[in-house]
Order: sequence, then structure tokens, then C-alpha cells
Amino acid sequence: MSFSVTEPSKRQKWIAGMLVIGYALITLLPLVWIIATGFKSSPDSIAYPPKVVFEPTVEGYVNLFTNQTRLSSEAITEPREQLPWYEQLVRERGNTIVGPSRFPERFFNSVIIGFGSTFFAIVLGTTAAYAFSRFRVPLKDDLLFFILSTRMMPPIAVAIPIFLMFRQLGLNDTHAGMILLYTAVNLSLAVWLINGFIDEIPVEYEEAALIDGYTRFQAFYKVVLPQAATGIASTAIFCLIFAWNEYAFAVLLTSGTAQTAPPFIPTIIGVAGQDWPAVAAGATLFLLPVMVFTILLRKHLLRGITFGAVRK
Amino acid sequence: MSAKHNHQSAEEKPTGIAHQVKGLSDRTIAWLFISPTIAILLAINIFPLIWTVYLSFTNYRVNRPNKDVEFIGLRNYERILSDTDIWGTMQATAHFLFWTIVLQVLIGFALAYLINKKFKGNDLWTTIIVLPMMLSPAVVGNFWTFLYQPQIGLFNYVVGFLSGTDPSSFSMIGEVSLAPWSIIIVDTWMWTPFVMLICLAGLRSIPDSIYEAAECDRASKWRQFWTITIPMVLPFLMLAVLFRGIENFKMFDLVVQLTGGGPGSITELTSINLKREAFEKWRTGYASAYAVILFVTVFGLASIYVKALNKVKDR
Repeated sequence: MSFSVTEPSKRQKWIAGMLVIGYALITLLPLVWIIATGFKSSPDSIAYPPKVVFEPTVEGYVNLFTNQTRLSSEAITEPREQLPWYEQLVRERGNTIVGPSRFPERFFNSVIIGFGSTFFAIVLGTTAAYAFSRFRVPLKDDLLFFILSTRMMPPIAVAIPIFLMFRQLGLNDTHAGMILLYTAVNLSLAVWLINGFIDEIPVEYEEAALIDGYTRFQAFYKVVLPQAATGIASTAIFCLIFAWNEYAFAVLLTSGTAQTAPPFIPTIIGVAGQDWPAVAAGATLFLLPVMVFTILLRKHLLRGITFGAVRK
Repeated sequence: MSAKHNHQSAEEKPTGIAHQVKGLSDRTIAWLFISPTIAILLAINIFPLIWTVYLSFTNYRVNRPNKDVEFIGLRNYERILSDTDIWGTMQATAHFLFWTIVLQVLIGFALAYLINKKFKGNDLWTTIIVLPMMLSPAVVGNFWTFLYQPQIGLFNYVVGFLSGTDPSSFSMIGEVSLAPWSIIIVDTWMWTPFVMLICLAGLRSIPDSIYEAAECDRASKWRQFWTITIPMVLPFLMLAVLFRGIENFKMFDLVVQLTGGGPGSITELTSINLKREAFEKWRTGYASAYAVILFVTVFGLASIYVKALNKVKDR
């Protein structure tokens, strides 16, 4: 390679690398701690000094998926050999399982509401973005800016009238209501991002397809959609992550049937006070899919973040 | 495949596409494609906004639906602007905004600058740094209360270990002097990567030729940094500050889970205060006026800022 004045020296690269890796490891520590705490026993989780080496146990996960109560004094002496392994584990701590917990339901609600709202936001967002990009729409720039600016409002401020409206329509604490709400919130981002991706595709491709006798619809889904696919996919992931993580609306508008996981996980408590391994287990199951996604799809996601912000 | 087709037909007839198109007219399609989006945004964003403005002039309370709704003019606004507690929450918000932005800009820019040295494996480490901002602030914030526990918390242990103090001698979320910093630390941990990514995009947009030219003119590295790097990245940095500013002005989930606004009301940011008025005290009309004031503040500050940003860009 030829000498370049802008290429950093080997030593510079090494120092830069060490500093960044050092910061990355510090950043990672709380996340590693969440995962580790999920596999600790209750006494280990609150030991002093904090335990780095410990005997892993699935106690936290058992506690997460079950509701428990204190064992009665007669039951403590009962033989335990015939009991299933998870009941034995719980009885070690002097508790007994009384039924499944609500965690699977809440997790499943997050899945339904997340994917449902992402689907609608992407379908509506893609078509609207196509129209904004390719047709002469009156007041286009104003409309686009208006669509984006709806995200500037604090969610709590928006929640007051939404709460009243949903109550009137019977949408409070329903899946349909939450999907509708998250669709609306994500729609503004989807239109804005996808519009940028479609703008990047040369109009000539479609014009050629139209000359070939394609209808506008065909040109849209046979020519434009495949070209914008990666952009649309990364937008979908942003929408999904937003809906997955959202807390403010969820905590105000859901309480039972449609409650998602973020408002639920912090309310997990054990039989005797805050059960951190169970909370950590729930947090792990909830956060891990996003972490894996981020690492696998890093190229598209990182580009999407800067693209969404820098564009304009 | 279609490219081949296109090529042939493009030669046959290069002009006059619009009136040849079969199927629905462009106008119909444009209308068909845009109207559902506009309808949803009108229903979920605009209509509620108008309703909020209407409610802000009344004394309506959600928990008393049978009481007559009375118009009370600007009374709600007068009460809010003369309320000293609200100035307290505004100060808490300003403190939070100022320090999160300062820290995130400094650390974020430094990281972007280092990553831009293109050492081996930089994209994987970048991704690891980005992880916190992808996660649910409520769930993560809740877990940070565990890290902040005196004695058993990892944060206290590490700080105690490094500084030689007793880890049980301080409580990040329990003490009035430390609680504002506890939320700043977690927010900085979560959102520095965002500023970093934007700065990185800025650094990567600077063409090498500018540095090469400066090198020919024998400008020192130091000088190059201040006269090329900083001015070229500045518009990007200002944009990142705008986004973080708006986001942190809205801040709710993370802080609710971390401190819940406490101890006392020392970390009660505007959103938390608003939630208290609207959904705990159920003063709907009053809270609506509060919400309107917040809108106006955000929009006002943001548009002044965007004007400044455009000036920097045009330079």
C-alpha cells in the first residue's frame, strides 16, 4: 500500500483500539451482570462482596414462571422424592408452587403488539412513502415535516386525550388499542425513513417498467419494493424495537389483559421481598432477542440510526 | 431480467410515459397510498392534540365524570406559571438535560474519533457499545436500582473499590445530592452511543483530500483538528444534540424506574410531574394546560435551535 498522510500509524491504531475496547467492556458490564444474576440463587445475588464466581442455578427462572407461597409447617416434612424437579427446587427455600405466573402472557402480549404494530406501520408507511417520493403531492415537505414532528411530543402529554378516547371507544387495555397506538407512533418514523430509501432508487427503473406495460402497482411491487427491501427491513426492526421497549403508554393504558412485558417485569416480587434473580431472568429473556438482533444485523441497523437522524 | 427488457423498450420509445400507463391513474394511487396514513395520524395525533387544547381551558377531571365541565379560561395556565413546584421540576429537567448532553457529546465524540482510526475489529466493538441504546429503558432502569444498592450493588462496590470508600456509605438513588447524578450516569451509559454514531457519520463524511491539502500546507495535526475536523463535524454534532435534547426533555421510563422522581421530588422531571398531575391527582384540565405549555416549549426551543443549526450548515 502506498503511503498516505491520512492513514493513522500502527501505534495510534493500537491506542485507539485499547481505549474503545476498554469503554466497550465497561458498557457491557451491567448487561453481563443482568444475565449472570438470572442464574444466581437468592443468597448469592445479594452477597457481599458481589459474587463473580457462583454455582449456577435455574431457581430465578423457576421463580419467574411460577407463583409461590410459603410451605405450611406440615408440608415441610413431607417426602420430596416424587415431586418434579422444579417443585423440589422451590421447596428447598421453604416455598411451594401454587400456579403459573403471568410472565408468559405478558411476554406474548409484547410479541403480538410488537409484530402487529410493526406490520401495519410498515405496510402503510411504505405505500405512503412511495407516494410522497414519486407523485406530486401538494404541500409535500410540510406534510413530511408534520409527520415527523408528531414524535416530538412527550408521550405522557399525548396519553391524556388518548386515555379518554380509548375509554370512550372501549380500547383501554386491549391488544387492538395498543396495536393502533404503536402503529401511529411508528408510522411517522416509517414514512420518514422509507421515503429516504425510495428517494435513493433512480426513477428510471420504474419508467422503463412502465414503458414495458407494467401498471403503476406492478412497477411498485416488482421494481421498487425489491430495491428498497433492505431499507424497509431495517426500518421494520426499528419499529419492532420501539414497540418492544415502549413503557409510558403501556403503563398508563394497559393493566391486565393487554399489559406488555416492560411494565410487568419491574413488578415481579418474590415471596419474601424483591427477588432479583427472577427479575434478572425476566429481563434476560426480554432483552436477549434485541441484543442478538443488534449484533447480527449491525451493518443495516447502524446505518439506519445515522440515516434517520442525519437525513434532511 | 427486467433490466434487459427496459433497455430494449427504452430505445423504442423514450418519452411520454404518463399517459401510456395502464391501470389506476397516478392521482388515484397517490390518494390511495397516502390517505390511510393521514387518517391514522389525524385520529391518534392531531385529534387528541386539539382535545388537549380544549381541555386545558376547562376544569374537567377524569375521576368525576358526572360533574359539569366548566370553562375557566386561562386559569389553568395562570396557576401553572405561578406554581413554584413546577419551577423546581423545570430546574431538575434543565440540570438533567445540561449534564447528559455535555457528557454524551464529550464521550461520544471522543469514541467516534478513536473508532475512526479504523483499528482492527472496530465495527464489532462499535456494535457492543451501541447495545444499551437498543434495550428497554424501563427494564434496564429497574435493574440499575439493583446495581445502585448500597453494600450489595455492583456499582457501589466498584466505586468503593476504586476510591477506597465503603460501598455501604453512600446510596446513589437514596441521597438528595447523588440522585440527580444517578439518572445522568444511566442515561449517559445508554445514549452516548447515539451521539457517537452521528459523530462517526460526520467524521466519515470528511474527504481525505482536505487533510492531504492541509498536510501539503504544513498545518500541524493540532491545527488540522481545530480547523478541519471540528468545523466539519459540528453540524452533525448539533443534530445529535437536538435529538438528545428532545428525547431527554420527554424522558419518562428510565427515570420512573430508577428513582420514581425521588428522593422527595429532586429528580421529578417534567414528564413525571405531568404524569402525577394527570394520572394520580386526575386534574385533567390542569394537566392538559401543562402539556400544552410543554409542547410550546419543545417546539419553540427546537425551532430556534434548528435556525442556529442551519446557519452553521451554511457557513
